[in-house]
Amino acid sequence: MTATSAVIARDHPNDPLLRSDRFPHILCPGCGIGTVIHCYVEAMAASGVPLDNHVCVSGIGCSGRAAGYVNVDSYHTAHGRAIPFALGIAIHKPELRVTVISGDGDLTAIGGNHFIHAARRNMNLTVVCINNFNYGMTGGQAGPTSPRGSITSTAPKGVHDRPFNLPDLARAAGASFVARWTILHVRQLRDAILRGLQKPGFSFIEALSPCPTNFGRANDLGDGMAEMEVYRQRCRIVQELPGFDELDIDFVDEERPIAVGNFVDIDRHPYQPVGADAFDNVPNGTQRVHHPVGEE
Amino acid sequence: MSDAPQREQRVLSGTHFMLGDHACAEGALAGGVDYFGGYPITPSTEIAERLARRLPAVGGKYVQMEDELGSIMSILGASAAGARSLTATSGPGFSLMMESIGLAAMMELPCVIVDVQRASPSTGLPTMVGQSDILQARWGSHGDYGMAAFSPASPQECFDLTVHALNVADQYRIPVFLMMDEVVAHMTERVVIPPADEVPLVHRKRPDHKPGAQRHLPYAVGEDGVPAMAHAGEGYKVHMTGLTHDERGYPALTPATHNALVNRLVDKVRHNAQHIMRYDEFELDDAETVVIAFGCTSRSARQAVRQARQRGAKCGLLRLVSVWPFPEQRIRELLQRGTVRRFVVPEVNLGQLRREVERLTQLPVQRINHAGGAMPTPADILEVLL
Amino acid sequence: MPAARSSGPVQIRFGGYGGQGIVLAGTLLGKAASLYDGKEAVFTQAYGPEARGGASRADVIIADEPIDYPYVTQPDVLVALFQEAYTLFGGQLKPGGTLIVEEDLVRLGEPAPPASLLPATRMAEELGNRIVTNVIVLGFLVGRTGVVSREAAEQALKTTVKPAALELNMRAFEAGFARALAAGAAPA
Repeated sequence: MTATSAVIARDHPNDPLLRSDRFPHILCPGCGIGTVIHCYVEAMAASGVPLDNHVCVSGIGCSGRAAGYVNVDSYHTAHGRAIPFALGIAIHKPELRVTVISGDGDLTAIGGNHFIHAARRNMNLTVVCINNFNYGMTGGQAGPTSPRGSITSTAPKGVHDRPFNLPDLARAAGASFVARWTILHVRQLRDAILRGLQKPGFSFIEALSPCPTNFGRANDLGDGMAEMEVYRQRCRIVQELPGFDELDIDFVDEERPIAVGNFVDIDRHPYQPVGADAFDNVPNGTQRVHHPVGEE
Repeated sequence: MSDAPQREQRVLSGTHFMLGDHACAEGALAGGVDYFGGYPITPSTEIAERLARRLPAVGGKYVQMEDELGSIMSILGASAAGARSLTATSGPGFSLMMESIGLAAMMELPCVIVDVQRASPSTGLPTMVGQSDILQARWGSHGDYGMAAFSPASPQECFDLTVHALNVADQYRIPVFLMMDEVVAHMTERVVIPPADEVPLVHRKRPDHKPGAQRHLPYAVGEDGVPAMAHAGEGYKVHMTGLTHDERGYPALTPATHNALVNRLVDKVRHNAQHIMRYDEFELDDAETVVIAFGCTSRSARQAVRQARQRGAKCGLLRLVSVWPFPEQRIRELLQRGTVRRFVVPEVNLGQLRREVERLTQLPVQRINHAGGAMPTPADILEVLL
Repeated sequence: MPAARSSGPVQIRFGGYGGQGIVLAGTLLGKAASLYDGKEAVFTQAYGPEARGGASRADVIIADEPIDYPYVTQPDVLVALFQEAYTLFGGQLKPGGTLIVEEDLVRLGEPAPPASLLPATRMAEELGNRIVTNVIVLGFLVGRTGVVSREAAEQALKTTVKPAALELNMRAFEAGFARALAAGAAPA
């Protein structure tokens, strides 16, 4: 700890949890990623798990930079691959509490297969997906969560494809805890991440977040504050996971609510690696008879 | 990896009649692998099958991943957390792993990737031999980086070189490839596994200070160019990124930082090539024709050289045990003798390693190629030698 | 008891269909030579589509010197356990080589080449389990050719077969071996 950061540490209680020597950060004014990082470090501090046992892993993109700002062991990996990297850590050292913070494109487009399989295994991971509805870092291209009709640099006449419904996806794949909040809901978001950190198995928290520089501007959502106002007016807290279509997010239809809440919180057997007791050690003989295997 | 009884369980000391793939798996166990993440693919599947049975029993972790993109990343995560880690695959899976191999090089996460080569491209001949991933091993991920690749010619070497690969990966913090081929993988021969205390183990360099005592710089290096490695959960609060980074591990997006970093990644191997490299020589002393071969092909080459010698042809074999680093220096020494008249390079691809030899000499380099599915026979090579 | 014969490389091919246990027979033979007779041996087998649905093969090369090229090119000994295996591999046998066929499952045709006829499946059934057909074949092959010693083959059985099945397998080996001797083909 340098003298400078020691001084800063007295300024805000969260400073020891952040890599303050990396500030100023790269995030745009009005971006919600900083708020999610704030919620994560508060949840980490409240989790009861020693700080040295927290690990943060992210992929690529604006949200992927989250791992760079938290003052725990942190890994900024490859695009789409944060979850299997985190899985390797969590399995080798089960005493660690590994959190993946990354974006919607990273986790559910290029990394979608890892996402559903980690949920299927009910891997001991907390996955926080910052959903800003587009690829922000590279200039606002359409992604797997861009609402239909929204304007992006690669969908100049409006997004044609149906978007993912992430809470429903996580639930269907087998997650034990599924929540969606926005960065307006700071306390609920922090509490949801905390619940995820304390719950065995796979927990998924979607955090809706403005990207005023790209998605917001292209879709006339105004600055970050204006998009927060949309969240304030239209978010409806629900207790159960709503129906498939009710989870859709539509920025055009002003009447349409945005469903948020802790949707799923169930106890399922969390992932356990195959243990030593499951098998005998040395195979009988030294040459097992080979049964010809398939082509693939 | 810890206590002696477990070490005894890990090392199947004794003399065995063992499949090449199984010998590789036993090498992984003896070499201290803590974590295997993989996806089954012919002809490497028997490695996963053996480890699925053996690794959990000695305290290691076996995970069958959803695909090879996940396999490689999970072994990198485990490596970051301190595990000796390994995956095994074949051509199609090897192709999928390429991007993350660059991440392994950039983050300097030790790992071993076993590629049991089959006839390619694409699905090719899944159950038949190829040696056509050998340049991919060297250049497959984007950018320049240091790595090493070994190519066993027998089940015994599948064992020995898996141990060596794990040691080299840890010592230099690089990705290391075990470039097997289907012939060697699916061949059963005698394999001698030494007593546990005779299996050489080299481990990664660790920080020389306790966490918190001083700021840990994850990428500070001394003269050898290899940084000491702190693991996740030890309290050092490391940060690692695939972006160009400084000693703190923080992104430092400047051409000068990038140039220094990438040169160091390459120099780690270049400056230590003599320690990493392995080859052996057969009948080379007065050879006018030098055969250069690796893996299964070197078996046919040895027999052809033997037969050609009986008929008076002065030829010899330089067998590459490590394909990368390539033994440039040794080939230059052979050339300096002035007795060598030509090179012959047999391989189960259309001339990948031949290029590397041609780069070093003006002498004729004759090729003996098969695109895959069958290896050159001794007769194929003998015909060229006589 | 005769020791293993010392000579140049001997190539042995087993041809059979799935369930006849030729992979285990080949493995046992290679193991016997390599671990208990002080010889060199390499074992290979057919994989993938080649190994399914029809004739499959298991190959062993046994030699005094290290073996370079690992594949059987022209068998000195061919064991054909059903018709298709004989049809496929019969023509590859080295002139003067040893042919062993499953007497009930292979018709040699006219003119019949010299061959050892072995009712291995029937013999296994008489022992109570068809599963040891392969070990009867192995016993016969060892008795007929002497390519490995009887002691080495028995040692290979002891270190490979599950303890519960060992007694049956040893009886099967003995039955095959005795039949070879009775047929008057004492190993050199």
